Amino acid sequence: MPVAFDEMNGVNGQIRPAYAQLSAWLSEIRPDVLDFRRREAEVLFRRIGITFAVYGEADATERLIPFDVIPRILSGEEWRKLKRGLEQRVKAINAYIKDIYGRREILRAGVVPEDLVFQNPVFRPEMNGQKVPHDIYVHIAGIDIVRVDADTFYVLEDNARTPSGVSYMLENREIMLRLFPELFSRHRVAPVDNYPDELLETLRSVAPTGAAAEPTVVLMTPGIYNSAYYEHSFLADKLGVELVEGRDLFVKGEVVYMRTTQGPKRVDVIYRRIDDDFLDPLAFRPDSALGVPGLMAAYQAGNVTLANAVGTGVADDKAVYSYMPDIVQFFLSEEPILKNVPTWRCREDEHLSYVLDNIEQLVVKEVHGSGGYGMLIGPAADKASIDAFRAKLKTHPKNFIAQPTLALSTCPTCVDSGVAPRHVDLRPFVLTGRDKIRIVPGGLTRVAMKAGSLVVNSSQGGGTKDTWVLDG
Amino acid sequence: MLSRTADNLYWLSRYVERAEYLARILEATQRLTSLPIGYVGESNEWESAVATAGCAHAFFEIYSEANEENVTDFLAFSTANPSSIRSCFEVARTNARAVRTALTMEMWDAINGTWLELKRYGNGPTSREELSRFLRWVQECSLRFDGSAYRTMLRNDAYWFSRLGLYQERADNTARILDVKYHMLLPVHEHVGGPLDYFQWAAILRSVSALTAYHWVYRDNVKPWLVADLLILRDEMPRSLSSCYENLVRYLDAIAISHGRQGPAQRLARGVRTRLQNAKMEDIFQSGLHEFIQEFIADNNRIGATITQQYLA
Repeated sequence: MPVAFDEMNGVNGQIRPAYAQLSAWLSEIRPDVLDFRRREAEVLFRRIGITFAVYGEADATERLIPFDVIPRILSGEEWRKLKRGLEQRVKAINAYIKDIYGRREILRAGVVPEDLVFQNPVFRPEMNGQKVPHDIYVHIAGIDIVRVDADTFYVLEDNARTPSGVSYMLENREIMLRLFPELFSRHRVAPVDNYPDELLETLRSVAPTGAAAEPTVVLMTPGIYNSAYYEHSFLADKLGVELVEGRDLFVKGEVVYMRTTQGPKRVDVIYRRIDDDFLDPLAFRPDSALGVPGLMAAYQAGNVTLANAVGTGVADDKAVYSYMPDIVQFFLSEEPILKNVPTWRCREDEHLSYVLDNIEQLVVKEVHGSGGYGMLIGPAADKASIDAFRAKLKTHPKNFIAQPTLALSTCPTCVDSGVAPRHVDLRPFVLTGRDKIRIVPGGLTRVAMKAGSLVVNSSQGGGTKDTWVLDG
Repeated sequence: MLSRTADNLYWLSRYVERAEYLARILEATQRLTSLPIGYVGESNEWESAVATAGCAHAFFEIYSEANEENVTDFLAFSTANPSSIRSCFEVARTNARAVRTALTMEMWDAINGTWLELKRYGNGPTSREELSRFLRWVQECSLRFDGSAYRTMLRNDAYWFSRLGLYQERADNTARILDVKYHMLLPVHEHVGGPLDYFQWAAILRSVSALTAYHWVYRDNVKPWLVADLLILRDEMPRSLSSCYENLVRYLDAIAISHGRQGPAQRLARGVRTRLQNAKMEDIFQSGLHEFIQEFIADNNRIGATITQQYLA
């Protein structure tokens, strides 16, 4: 595996300009002071954190996600490029979904194979020919980005359904501002705390055309047992909108109302943090107690906006991912600014034979898998599992893609032995409204706390960092 | 606001208030049972504590007799009792979590801190001393929660609905004590007198934290009809039925004004308030203290159901 690119030290040990101040500060600060702050951050997080990370009633407090006090820094120039790439990508995603549920030109042109769409369990036939307000499907997108060298950012994954994590982005910044004011005073860091305002603007802008001038927006949660419940209540609070559950809403005459102490109140926009499957027991899973009977009918009648729209899963699946560069080309006639990780689609014979020949060097992923399940990391796997995967590939090639093992960039991180490089990724949040696309500078940086680990998932010991975008 | 949010706020306050009340009952009973039998008589105070807590039925489904150990466990720590102090705090926190956005940070801290600390008490204290500390702590938690609500909440419907829960629960609690102990307060007892009753009356006052207040209001030694007067009719006594209804009417009116319409809950509550304002202790004794209290409890329940129907469902 190639040597990882370090975002502070570069490849040749020369401090990169964006990190000049941080590096100087790290060399000045006494290890015990840093360690003290680190503990303080944890206490602070636990205190505020207690109010959010406490989930299930039993071993509640353990579920804090580790927070690293050393910020991850992007230069203004790096960010501007990322931002253009993100805007382009999300525009293409919206155009693609509109096309899939509409004219299907991309399928007729043979750019994306039909079975990939129609045999996909997240394809929603209910959305065929369905008009959505202002043609926007993905109002909130979380695009996962990894970096491999000074110039190359790859998109690792598009999240077009209900991406989460933005509350960590906001809380991380608050904690950093409290703990390290002197470090901030050495930099000019773009703020992120306007995210809730930008989100509210976005949501209001996509209200149905017939809605009142001051549309009523609500945030819909599956309830307090959902693992992201804290984020739901945090966002509803910051947005100043009601946090509703399915049972708070009802549909009458294809219009959605919420039950309030003053009687029914009409709802125009639902920022839903609940999967398609559970939205409406009449349209989808009949056993869902979380949804609202008749919601789909109201949605189809154009009386309410769902953000994100129903059926956006067709755009964020791993198999479709590999076609994203072509999708960008097809709809925008532009070169993709952000690259994909090179991907072999095992559904194609040539790709399959390459994958079978080089499996020891590749990461093989199941198309519909997530959270690291159904995955083979070639360089780390033993012969038996490689053979097993070879067999699976031969029987169901369509179910798999393969990618090279990437050397994700690293950032200085506080660990038990001091400050050491750890692998990171980045999830910026892209908001698409009627008027424009809004992206708060930065996003959520996730960091693999274990040495050498590439796994940044919080379920597997990953932590988070504050992400700074600098001026200039 | 969302009906569910209002409902959660209402019950959140009720449960915290109930936990405090249970702690007071246990404290007063503990005190009463440490007196020599000659002072308090042979009655089983633990049984009376269960009755005052309003869960005699549930209790005797599990136990055949009431004693210090099983009553303390049942009222304070039992998970089998949905109204034990522990259950109250747990339900209160679940409600609080569901309405995080309607609570201030201070209120959340108070209720969440209580819940976290509750775990430290495990399955209950091992000594009377520890139990006393626990009961004090419960009352402090309630004070802290109530204080943070009072000091930090916006004066809008979120506040009003949480107050409704508080005053309804408090009215119910005071009425229950009177319901169980009414026979001690009848004027007949006047000539029976003696230390036996005196300590009972003091215990009643203690369980609604009114012993000192009594002396300030009447500047007299403890007399049963005055105890009844204090707990039923005196507006200045914050746990009296009258004061509870003064507040209930006030907050129901605030809601009605902001919503622009009155409803059955307002009318019913005002009816009870007026009756309390016009009542005289002599008349109540005349027509039957027990009947009066039972009627009050029924009215209070009816108003609770009406509030639910009108706003919370």
